[in-house]
Amino acid sequence: MRMTMIEAIRNAHDLAMGADDKIVVFGEDVGFFGGVFRCTAGLQEKYGKNRCFDAPISELGIVGAAIGMASYGLKPVVEIQFADYVYPAYDQIVSEAARLRHRSGGDFTCPLVIRMPAGGGIFGGQTHSQSPEALFTHVAGLKTVIPSNPRDAKGLLLAAIEDPDPVIFLEPKRLYNGPFDGHHDQPIVPWKKHELGEVNEEYYTTPLGKAEIVRVGMDVTILTYGTMVHVAQTAASEAGIDAEIIDLRTLVPLDTDTIEASVKKTGRCVIVHEATKTCGFGAELSALVQSSCFFHLEAPVTRVTGWDTPYPHAQEWDYFPGPARVAQNLKKVMEV
Amino acid sequence: MHKAFHPLSLHVPEPGCRPGDEPDFSEFVIPRAGEARKPAHDATAQSMRDMAFSIVRVLNKEGEAVGPWAGDLAIDQLKAGLRHMMVLRAFDARMLMAQRQGKTSFYMQSLGEEAVSCAFRMALKDGDMNFPTYRQGGLLIAGGYPMEMMMNQIYSNAADPIKGRQMPIMYSAKDHGFFSISGNLGTQYIQAVGWAMASAIAGDTKIATAWIGDGSTSTSDFHAALVFASTYHAPVVLNVVNNQWAISTFQGMARGEAATFAARGHGFGIPSLRVDGNDYLAVHAVAKWAADRARSGLGPTLIEHVTYRAGGHSTSDDPSSYRAKGESSAWPLGDPIERLKTHLITLGEWSTERHTQAETEVMDEVRAAQKAAEANGTLTSGKSPSSRDIFEEVYAEMPPHLIKQRQEAGY
Repeated sequence: MRMTMIEAIRNAHDLAMGADDKIVVFGEDVGFFGGVFRCTAGLQEKYGKNRCFDAPISELGIVGAAIGMASYGLKPVVEIQFADYVYPAYDQIVSEAARLRHRSGGDFTCPLVIRMPAGGGIFGGQTHSQSPEALFTHVAGLKTVIPSNPRDAKGLLLAAIEDPDPVIFLEPKRLYNGPFDGHHDQPIVPWKKHELGEVNEEYYTTPLGKAEIVRVGMDVTILTYGTMVHVAQTAASEAGIDAEIIDLRTLVPLDTDTIEASVKKTGRCVIVHEATKTCGFGAELSALVQSSCFFHLEAPVTRVTGWDTPYPHAQEWDYFPGPARVAQNLKKVMEV
Repeated sequence: MHKAFHPLSLHVPEPGCRPGDEPDFSEFVIPRAGEARKPAHDATAQSMRDMAFSIVRVLNKEGEAVGPWAGDLAIDQLKAGLRHMMVLRAFDARMLMAQRQGKTSFYMQSLGEEAVSCAFRMALKDGDMNFPTYRQGGLLIAGGYPMEMMMNQIYSNAADPIKGRQMPIMYSAKDHGFFSISGNLGTQYIQAVGWAMASAIAGDTKIATAWIGDGSTSTSDFHAALVFASTYHAPVVLNVVNNQWAISTFQGMARGEAATFAARGHGFGIPSLRVDGNDYLAVHAVAKWAADRARSGLGPTLIEHVTYRAGGHSTSDDPSSYRAKGESSAWPLGDPIERLKTHLITLGEWSTERHTQAETEVMDEVRAAQKAAEANGTLTSGKSPSSRDIFEEVYAEMPPHLIKQRQEAGY
């Protein structure tokens, strides 16, 4: 059936909780209200307050408690209300969750999913728009996942829940209701009217570490994820460039085989993400492509990203790497 | 002999009522106005321990000011206070409407909590620094900051002092003792303590005030602030605005059900008390008492302002899905504007006719400011801040990589 990304995430929670009573879900406004984006609506009513409940406003507390629960043997799936709010929990994530298995010689483990809406495009200013994925991909022991549509959101979330290690699950909030392509002055097609909104109601997983080629092409490979998957597709078609677009879906572990095969085929690579440029995940991708595809490259690897500034409120669309900026860079790369 | 234990279960606090229920505040104990004693400024936390569990109230049901906390405001000051609260309410109404009209992206109102920030500001001196949350706009209004400037920020227009960079109501006004608001909760609380410590280090006479909501007392920043304030006897007033709701989460989730927010101060040896946040006179008297303590080198005070968030959390929120209908009107501490108005009428200094006239004057004043602000543009039309401003002030001096990016952006 057709679902929004919110409904797909809710459905994944529901199926997981129904299948495994070790799964507990909590976070700020997550219980009675069902989350400010409604991703956990109805779960408390269905599974009770022991398994879905509100938390005090303490991200450190939410993640720290979840680690404790995971070490007991439960599987917490927690929500950070906005990715921009995760920093108080960073110590618990980096120093504790990520390393618990390794430092205890496998004595303690931390199967845990930390969900958080990320990305801009909603006039959220600097505290409701950030894309902090690189802060997690840099940490050994964490997996980082970013879906770009309802079908994947469900399958990847269920795979993340099944995973025996801590998974950071970033939800591009601008995609919650439809495939936003960067044309902010035009209405989006709702997921309910889009084929990627077609979600199997049964339990299924989408494997972590497996990218998807969302558009086959010969001229240039675009490596991207989240909201930018849709922006890149629009940019490629508006620029009239035969781009191969890869939705990475999981940043760590990364599907290097798919990336390498594509870049070796096209000989060009443009990386697109919304996060700031310096030390963004694009830098890792660029290094990977350079070292593994060097002799196939016909143009320098190019990154199109958010600027290295805080995310602005009023000038949001001058910050956001929209289709025009992506198209311009695609053309530039093709001219080399 | 072994005692048998039953299986454990998790306790999750729940509010007394939810949508569909009758609002019920019968378990909310309200002391009589005038009942609370007024301790000496150098009272220890231990000697006034009971005050963290009671509520300082000055205005009684008849609108009279009674008890030891009454009597520190002249008629003109009371009239000014009423005016400030009325302006804040009218300002909120106009800006909510502007948001609905698409002139800005977002708004958060102070409805029902006007006395807290408006009265508190009048107990401070110029040069003191507030570290506010997003619901203390009254500090600016009562402090004489131009409304037009607040609106310029809300509209992210060409005259916005922070150049369109932040969401609406995230004001910054250093010259008016108002620290830049962060969208991240609780962070300002420990910063206020640091500012106060700096005043002490520098041998200054200024004090700081920290502001936080009931929900955000759960943050580590809150607890760090209490440790530092207590350790260094920082000249700071630590305010907790308990407006009962943190978006959909009732205050019992942050508080647990055993204590009060004020009582959090006891573990740190900080004198702590609760005040009726809808009583302008009580808030002012308690604020003055705590500010005098800080300025006299007697260290921090923790004040819990007991009030009620009469509106939604923000324009993105609809409280009817988690709060009982009519809970706002059932709130037993009443409305701060109505209570001060009644007091002035009781004193023979005000009348309903005069009040109605004042409402018109205030609305005209707010409308005029709005007109002036809109001449500088709104978020969606007219003049706007430059896109160059995205790159400015990230650093004092723009580093080469940002210069390059700015050129690439075409600004």
